[in-house]
Amino acid sequence: MNARIVRLFGFIAISFAVLVGFTSQWTVFGAEDLKQQSANKRPLFKAQQIKRGRITAADGTLIARSVGTGQGASRQYVREYPLGGLFGHPVGYNFVEQGNSEFEQFHNDELTGEDSEFTTLFDELRGRKQVGRNVSTSLDPTAQQTAFDLLAGRPGAVVAIEPDTGRVRAMASQPPYDPNLIPEQLSELNADPGSSLVNRATQSPYPPGSTFKLVTATAALDSGNIDPDTLIDAPASLTVQGQPLANSGGSAFGEINVTTALTNSVNTFFAKLGRRVGEETLYEYMDRFGFNSKPDIDLPSTQLATSGVFGPDRRPLRADEGVDISRIAIGQERLLTTPLQMAEVVATIANDGDLMKPRIWDTVSDVDGRTVDTMEPSRQSEVMSEETASQLTEAMRAVVDEGTGTAAALSGIDVAGKTGTAEVMREECAGLPNQAWFVGFAPADDPQIAVAATVECTDGQGGTVAAPIAAGVMQTLIGG
Amino acid sequence: MEVRAAGGSAPRRGSARNRELLALIPVALLLTIGFAAVFAQNDSQLGNLSLSYGLYFLAVCLATHIYIRIRLPDADPYLFPLMALLTAIGLVMIYRLDAELARDLARDQANWFVLGLVLFAVVVHVLRDYSVLERYRYTIALTGIGLLLAPRLPFLGEQVNGAYLGIRIGPVGFQPVELAKLCIVVFLASYLREHRELLVVGARRILGVTLPPLKHFGPLLVVWGASMFMLIFIRDLGSSLMFFAAFLALLYVATGRLSFITIGLAMFMAGAWVVYSTVSHVADRVDIWLDPYQDPSGAGYQVLQSMFAQADGGLLGEGFARSMVVIPGSSGDGFLPAAHTDLIYSLIVSELGLYGGAAVICIYLLVAARGFKIAMMANDGFSKLLATGLTTVFAFQAFVIIGGVTRVIPLTGVTLPLVSYGGSSILANFILLALLLLVSDRARREARRGGPAPPAGVWS
Repeated sequence: MNARIVRLFGFIAISFAVLVGFTSQWTVFGAEDLKQQSANKRPLFKAQQIKRGRITAADGTLIARSVGTGQGASRQYVREYPLGGLFGHPVGYNFVEQGNSEFEQFHNDELTGEDSEFTTLFDELRGRKQVGRNVSTSLDPTAQQTAFDLLAGRPGAVVAIEPDTGRVRAMASQPPYDPNLIPEQLSELNADPGSSLVNRATQSPYPPGSTFKLVTATAALDSGNIDPDTLIDAPASLTVQGQPLANSGGSAFGEINVTTALTNSVNTFFAKLGRRVGEETLYEYMDRFGFNSKPDIDLPSTQLATSGVFGPDRRPLRADEGVDISRIAIGQERLLTTPLQMAEVVATIANDGDLMKPRIWDTVSDVDGRTVDTMEPSRQSEVMSEETASQLTEAMRAVVDEGTGTAAALSGIDVAGKTGTAEVMREECAGLPNQAWFVGFAPADDPQIAVAATVECTDGQGGTVAAPIAAGVMQTLIGG
Repeated sequence: MEVRAAGGSAPRRGSARNRELLALIPVALLLTIGFAAVFAQNDSQLGNLSLSYGLYFLAVCLATHIYIRIRLPDADPYLFPLMALLTAIGLVMIYRLDAELARDLARDQANWFVLGLVLFAVVVHVLRDYSVLERYRYTIALTGIGLLLAPRLPFLGEQVNGAYLGIRIGPVGFQPVELAKLCIVVFLASYLREHRELLVVGARRILGVTLPPLKHFGPLLVVWGASMFMLIFIRDLGSSLMFFAAFLALLYVATGRLSFITIGLAMFMAGAWVVYSTVSHVADRVDIWLDPYQDPSGAGYQVLQSMFAQADGGLLGEGFARSMVVIPGSSGDGFLPAAHTDLIYSLIVSELGLYGGAAVICIYLLVAARGFKIAMMANDGFSKLLATGLTTVFAFQAFVIIGGVTRVIPLTGVTLPLVSYGGSSILANFILLALLLLVSDRARREARRGGPAPPAGVWS
């Protein structure tokens, strides 16, 4: 009988091995699969039990906080946004069931304390609960409110960046949404015809119009193709690829230099200049400014739009892919840019030609208030020489002093800028054909803030519609 | 009696008991550390209370050890420490649940443990010569069947999750199936000891299949019938499976005929299929086993939550008292329904990971190894079959419930022996331990003395 008992033991050992096998399937090999099952509410509740860190504005104003309910093991937290819709963009939202977006998503690891997990074995042994870290931003609530007030309900966006650090001081998008309402209204907001969930500053590619002439001028001056005194004949109209290309207002300017051309936004001058510079060189400078790739900013790349010349497959076309250089040079053709990208262009000029990486976060601190990380400004690229930057600055001052951008003038502060008005025949604009732009910085001799402001669906011009918005935001940030 | 010189392989009495004593210390230490860990998790501070629990546990175990030293000096040295270890693991996990469920389950379980050890002592005392069990085998069999029937009696039985497994007299609930399993095993061991030769010799081959003689097979058909009966009337696939597995294991060990096992399995399958297609409760359990996602918040809830809890455990687990058991702000079933009974293995895996779960399974395997070792050392057929049967039913009970929560087989409501909360389970398993140690004591004494020995208790 003993041999049979051994065999019986063998059978039981095999049965137990099967149990270990199944246990390892659920704990290790198939665990991710189980965690993603919608019937599995454990991950949701786990996320709710972490006290997420606060998000604050540059002046300490609370933008987002987690409010706890319940006691002990059943304590859970819900996100609250005391400022409502003011920072719906770019801060985004975070809710257990609806997920998260924008800044909340990008900085999730810091806000949940994920980055600090397992820092000390001692904490683990003590069973210390995971606690989120607080993240402060460089956002300015007053400037953001000014942008909101001046946009006055018109769809559009404003981006304000500190040129020498890349710190983002304001990023406003209209229409706004209130992140507090996300749990109840996410599906309604997703279906909203005004697309309030879209951050127009970073996600909406718009035709840049004449503001792009700054990029063309940069390429021409910095590559040595022209100097500030080079004269080019600017007729009232040209024929490019069989289609007329005319100046706004139809006037001929004769032989003019680049400053005059910028001041009066002369299309024929820049169309010719574009051809002189050539596709390769213009593209090189576009790349240096950050076009043709996702912007390097602390927002999720899936929620960022690339700026460039877009082909039929919604991919940015390269220089050798049959682009119309004359029209790109004046911001037409299939060129689309985000307000963030245009703010980066003027911030680069303001910062003596160096593009700083734009950043919204400022510091990360732990629950006890100790700062554990601080944003160090870093250069994204050297776009142009200091000399080119100062030549462009002079031309942009003329735009505001005597050209198309006089509405951006501030009393006592020198403003440098460029207007833009792109004609877009979009159905949803209901007969209001223009995309109005103003990009610029101030003070011109010691730039503290660079701004891009744009308004969709308007019958006004960049100089009349967008320039006052940019001026107001610059005034707030410099004066305040 | 002729006394021969002890051979090199014959176990020495004193060393066996000392090994048992030595093995109990890490068990008590484990319990102390476990309680301390739960304390630290719940209160963020270490009291000396966990130390006193550990000492209390050690004292109870030591008392039992001394009793074994006196009454069963030659018994297997590892079986009691292994069972104490399982109880300790159960106590720690149940204690960890107390805070969350706001109950005093651990205290109850500790009381049951002490009561179980008292019962152990009583059984050892009363059944010094356990061969008397053979004499009363039909009485015992009837008692077993009576116990199985009791839950269906009006005013006495109660239905839990569609199965009739419990009886309730006033405030005291009891799961008779735990005791019934012992009765059935004793009966089978005794019956097969007497009839095994007849079953083998009288067998004839019909159409290439070796069939046992019908005359002697009658009572065994009754066992099969009882299993089917349990499926139908008690509606519990798990205990039915456990009984039938023990039956087939004993039949195989007694006769050595694999064909009997094949026939038995075929009969069980056939019967189970008939029951599956007629009894909706059993059919539901099987359907949910095959696809728990068909009703994730209803019938599939328990097995799905079991799997989800295990997924959270990973390799090393989340740590004591860190797995979610109750849903915050709700008084419903929680994340881990029946965490202290049916799903306690899932809780262990969730908090101690795959390693913890595998360790628990290894302990059961060690218990099985010691149990079968006792069976192999025993000299007479009844002792061999009794030890085999008791070991198999213990190991299979563990398989049925762990298999249930890991979806190897349909989930049913048997307890994880000694780990799950429940008085009947603790009491029955300490009776089981008493019987195994009685068999072991006699077998090892005979091996030491080189021949059959008088009943235990008269060794001095």
